Parts: sequence; structure tokens; C-alpha cells
Amino acid sequence: MSDNQLKIAIRHSLHTAHGEFPMEVSFALEKGRIMALTGPSGAGKTTLLKQIAGLQTPLQGQIHFDGTAWLDSENHQNVAPQHRNIGFVFQDYALFPNMTVAENLSYALAKGSDATIVDELLAATGLDQLSQRKPSQLSGGQQQRVALARALVRKPGLLLLDEPFSAVDPEMRYQLQELILQFHKRYHFTAIIVTHETAEIFRLADQVGVMENGKLTRFGAPAAIYLHSDAPDESFFIHGEVLRTALAGDQLLVDVSIENKIRLIRLPLAMQNEVTIGRKFVLHYPLTFPQISWMS
Amino acid sequence: MDYQPIWLTFRLATITSLILLALALPVAYWLAFGKFKGRGVVEAVIGLPLVLPPSVIGFYLLLAFSPSYWFGAWIEEILGIRLVFSFPGLVIASILYSLPFMVYPIRAGLQSLSPSLREASYTLGKNEWETFFKVLLPNCKPAILTAFVLTFAHTVGEFGVVLMIGGNIPGVTKVASVAIYNEVEALNYSVANQYAMVLFAISFVILLLVYSINNRLLRVRQSA
Repeated sequence: MSDNQLKIAIRHSLHTAHGEFPMEVSFALEKGRIMALTGPSGAGKTTLLKQIAGLQTPLQGQIHFDGTAWLDSENHQNVAPQHRNIGFVFQDYALFPNMTVAENLSYALAKGSDATIVDELLAATGLDQLSQRKPSQLSGGQQQRVALARALVRKPGLLLLDEPFSAVDPEMRYQLQELILQFHKRYHFTAIIVTHETAEIFRLADQVGVMENGKLTRFGAPAAIYLHSDAPDESFFIHGEVLRTALAGDQLLVDVSIENKIRLIRLPLAMQNEVTIGRKFVLHYPLTFPQISWMS
Repeated sequence: MDYQPIWLTFRLATITSLILLALALPVAYWLAFGKFKGRGVVEAVIGLPLVLPPSVIGFYLLLAFSPSYWFGAWIEEILGIRLVFSFPGLVIASILYSLPFMVYPIRAGLQSLSPSLREASYTLGKNEWETFFKVLLPNCKPAILTAFVLTFAHTVGEFGVVLMIGGNIPGVTKVASVAIYNEVEALNYSVANQYAMVLFAISFVILLLVYSINNRLLRVRQSA
């Protein structure tokens, strides 16, 4: 028995613009991990996320969390989303337009449960001043913070995020990533985040799953997936420069400038000699497995 | 001019719209999100009053409500009311006749909401019931208002069905549209004109109020 908290093995049939193809995914995740799910659109990432949440049901398979079967098609077990220990952050925020920010959060409270978590989350997200506003009176970044806070009200064991930051500008994206890391430290959830951004993956995730055509084609630590890839580059390039480096445990924290924005990425300690200040690099960024190469 | 037909018309329209609202909410929800076979049959049946001549609906309801047939006889035995040529009969007929005007706008309103609203509510631990009343309905208020007003107006404008099954009993089934017809038949054009003017004015004011409210609701939602 391993100490994996989340165990998934499902089969499904995906209907896409390119026709129907089989989906087959299995992986396991340890408690407290943040996993990034990436890959071309239409590969089944959102479907997988919704199946884990119980919003969709795969044709067959098992999903176990903390030893409980959320789904076991052989034993006809399928726990409703209401009773899965999850938080879900939707791509379009899915805030309830008829409720204020505070009401959106308190809606998630179970009857008779302690409401202090709402104030705690409002304060932590810096939304306390805006708590009486309606979602339509907020900016995109503010709405996304409400969505994140709301998903955490029930203190979920598993947080699922579907491209949560795709509609906000890079500066806001950076702040929201910071917020997720803070919350992760405080509430100790396990998380799966669907994202296309390599920098985001390096910043947030300790596991990456690459999905292509309904299959999980790669699964591992970000450095292993991206930095030692033998895959051919095919798509576009992002130029960057190393600004600052710092040591943190067995990792190297590196501030890089990518497209005029400063980003923090985590690299394995083994790369310490390669990563020097001022060194320029190119991230080869095909949709699936980007690669780093040094220019100087 | 006798105001009783006007009063009766608005009483009929109000009662019909209120009962129909309660009936249409689950039907609209079911049509919008339910997974079932035979949806087409249900939709076709609900939509029939849109295409059938009111006299056809009135004729079959007349047969159904008549104590000489099993349904009318059964109702009379169970509830002790005769549906034909009575106010309760008019209400039931109006409900059937205006069904699509209540169901379709509400269904469209529900379907226009992002599916993620429902999904978000489920992931926050709320069941379908709570999701429907606290999330879905409050966010399609304009659609519900439109449906209610269309139903009300359609019932006020009802003539053929009423004439077939209600007849012309003052204070019971003689609604304004029938009264106008009677006065014209009796060549009392000025009385007919008075009824017509009152209906015209009240209907216009109601629609005006509703669309002003609706526009305000939409503006509030869009303002950022």
C-alpha cells in the first residue's frame, strides 16, 4: 500500500471536433502535491477534471481519494459531487451574479458550520473591502480571487483548477499564483491545475501530467519532463534571461525575465552551474513538452 | 358599462398565471436539463396551443369537461364541481392554452445560464433543489417576468376557448373579450368601445411597467 492519496484509473470515450477517440488515464498523486495537467486543447484535460469532481462520469474505472471510492464502476459506486471532498475553480469563474462576494462565499458553508472561515478567506484574498460588491462590479483578477476563496470555504482535500488564470493579465496571474501557494501552505490541500503556461507549471507544480489525445503521455516532476526532453521542438519560442538565483532546500529558485515580465521558476540543484546571472536562454515551447536551451 | 367582465378577465389572468408559474418551473427545468427520452413528444404537446385554433382546444375541452364523458363525470364525482360553463373550468382551459407562453421563456432563460453555475453549486455541496431556487431562478428573473407577462396577456386576450367552454354567464364566465363580442352583436358599439379601450389601456400600462423593470434588471446585471 503506497501513501498515494488520489488514485485514478478510468476509460472513457471523448467526443471532439476531430471525432471520437478513446480516453484512458491512470495516475496516482501523493497527499499535498500540486499537479499540473497540460497538453493541447481537446486532449481531455477538462473532461478528466470534471470526472474527478463527479460532474461527469467516465464509462468505466475507479477514482479513490483518501481510501474512499468516489467512483467504482464495477461496484456501481459513484459518489455525487456534493459528497466528494473537493473544491473546483472554473475557467469562467462561475460566480453567482445574484450574490455579493460575501454571499458567494457563505453559500458554500454547510448548514450550522463555522462562518469564520469566510472572513478568514476574505481577509487572506484582500477582498474584505469588496465583500458587499456583486461579481459584475469586480475586475477579472478580483473575480478569480473570489472563485478561489469560494472553492476553499469547505476546506477541500482536493482542489481542482481548470485554467484558472487564462483570462487575467500576467501581473495578476503572478499574484494569483502566489495566493495559491500561500493557501496551499495554510490548508494543505492536494491540487490539480490545468494550465498551458510552462512558467506557471514550474512555479506551482511538483508533478506534471501531459495529456495528448485522451492519454497521459508523460507524468513526472516538471524538471524531468521539460528540461531533459528528447522531443523535437515544433512550435514557438520564448526568450528569457536569468536575473537572480537563490537556494531553497534541494531546489534552485531562479528569477527570470520572460517577455519583459519577471517570473520565478524552480530548477533542480544539479543545474546550479548552468544557471548564472545574465545568461540568456530560449524556451522551446511546443504545445506539449517545452525544452530549455542556453544561448550564452 | 358593466365592470364585471373586466374584473373577471383580470382575476382569471392572475389566477391562471400564478398556477401556471408553479407548474411551469419544474417542467421548464426538466426540459432544460433533464436527460430523458421522448423529450420531443413533451415539447410538441406543450407547443400545440401555439398552432391549434383556439376553437379546436375549446371543442375537445368541452367534450372532456362535459359530465356525459368520463373525465367530466369523474371530476364532478370527486370534487363536486362541474368544469364546463364554470370559472374553475375556465382556469384549467387557460392553463392549457397558455402553457407554452410560460414554459418556453423560462426554459430559454435557464438554458442561457452558464452550465458552470450549476456545476459550481454542486461542487459547493448544494443539491439540485437548492441550486435551482438560490442560483438558477434568481439569475433568470427577466425571463420569468417575461413569461409571466406573456401568459397574463395571452389569457386576457383569450376568446375562442372561453366562448367554447365558458359560454357567457355574467360574473362567472363572461370575460371582457366575450363581452365586447356580445355588445358588437347587439350593435352597442359605444359600450364595446369602452370595454376595448379599458383592456387596451390596462394591457399597455402592464407591458410598459414590465419592460421598464426588465430593462432595469438587465442594466443592473450588465453594469460593471
